[in-house]
Amino acid sequence: MSKIIKDFIRGLWEEHPTFRIMIGMCPTLAVTTSAINGLGMAVATTFVLICSSVLISILKKVIPGGVRIPAYVIVIATFVTTVDYIMQAYTPDLHAALGVFIPLIVVNCIILGRAEAYASKMPVYLSAFDALGMGLGFTWGLTLIGSIRELLGSGSIFGMTIAPAGFTPIKILTSPPGAFITLGVLLALMNIVNDKLAKRAEARQQETAN
Amino acid sequence: MEYLLLFIATVVVNNFVLVQFLGCCPFLGVSRQVSTSIGMGIATTFVMVMAALASWLIQHFILVPLGLEYLQTLAFILVIAALVQLVEMFLHKSIPGLYRAMGIFLPLITTNCAVLGLAINAVLRDYNLGESLVYGFGAGVGFTLALILMAGMREELQFADIPKPLQGQAIALILAGLLSLAFSGFAGMI
Repeated sequence: MSKIIKDFIRGLWEEHPTFRIMIGMCPTLAVTTSAINGLGMAVATTFVLICSSVLISILKKVIPGGVRIPAYVIVIATFVTTVDYIMQAYTPDLHAALGVFIPLIVVNCIILGRAEAYASKMPVYLSAFDALGMGLGFTWGLTLIGSIRELLGSGSIFGMTIAPAGFTPIKILTSPPGAFITLGVLLALMNIVNDKLAKRAEARQQETAN
Repeated sequence: MEYLLLFIATVVVNNFVLVQFLGCCPFLGVSRQVSTSIGMGIATTFVMVMAALASWLIQHFILVPLGLEYLQTLAFILVIAALVQLVEMFLHKSIPGLYRAMGIFLPLITTNCAVLGLAINAVLRDYNLGESLVYGFGAGVGFTLALILMAGMREELQFADIPKPLQGQAIALILAGLLSLAFSGFAGMI
């Protein structure tokens, strides 16, 4: 039981795909012009991540070692195509906004990374929780970046205008340079938080030692 | 002339990395030294031109005549993976010097989303074979340009006194943001 929780929690902070390991950067930077785009992208990626992790974990004894990467890619590409068509049918606006980045979920390093590092070795239920944790980590990361850029860049959040009338939006945050700068500043803030947490843990350890 | 405009538009105005965010992982991952980024850039450009050619042929001679357009993503990524493998084997046999120089980068190119993005974009925009090839070459040159510029700045950064929380990837991202800002000056040029 504790193993399930550990696998699940890991993706949320400790090995957060965006802020810690820095993988899957292209969609993170490209589609987070608004909170809803970031959320949509992350949910699509999470769906593919969970489905392919589970399927790869089921098939791990069948796939020969030498061709495992192409085999994983086929599994992932199948689910990506499914998501692509589902989104085209039910959320055409979001599909148009995300554009080429939906088929590009195939080459998102998070998915292939989890398949290679985790799902290909672990039992099915653990792979599912690992994928869910990583997916939710990716989701809160993208939604946060999208919310910040939307709030400061166009004065709204999830499409609702909440800024007062006199607010001048910082237009640059919704343009490409803003993506890099927002993420850079966020990473610096995370480093500060991590430093504080590490220091506090250290102090507590010393206290118990004394 | 048309091809020249397309080339310039792809290299600077719509730079793959800095404006379209394609290929960010290798851009942030292997841009620490100028020499390695040149190797990575050349290898990627080579694969991009090959991928533009292969994906055009597949789209127009296999997928469209057989009505299999929904297999596009699957077919393209497999072709790119096979292509990277082929390039690796070819270089290993015939130009071992070059192979050693860019050997470690080659497998990475399969998961470089700029390559797949280029193949999909070329189909979406209905480019003919010539345009696809120019587009592929321009994408590669733009990627190389961004990578080398970034590496040059990061080499200088090693001598700078950076505040502790900003060290590492944080300052690299802000630097990329400034570089992207410079490139946005090209917007509307064509």
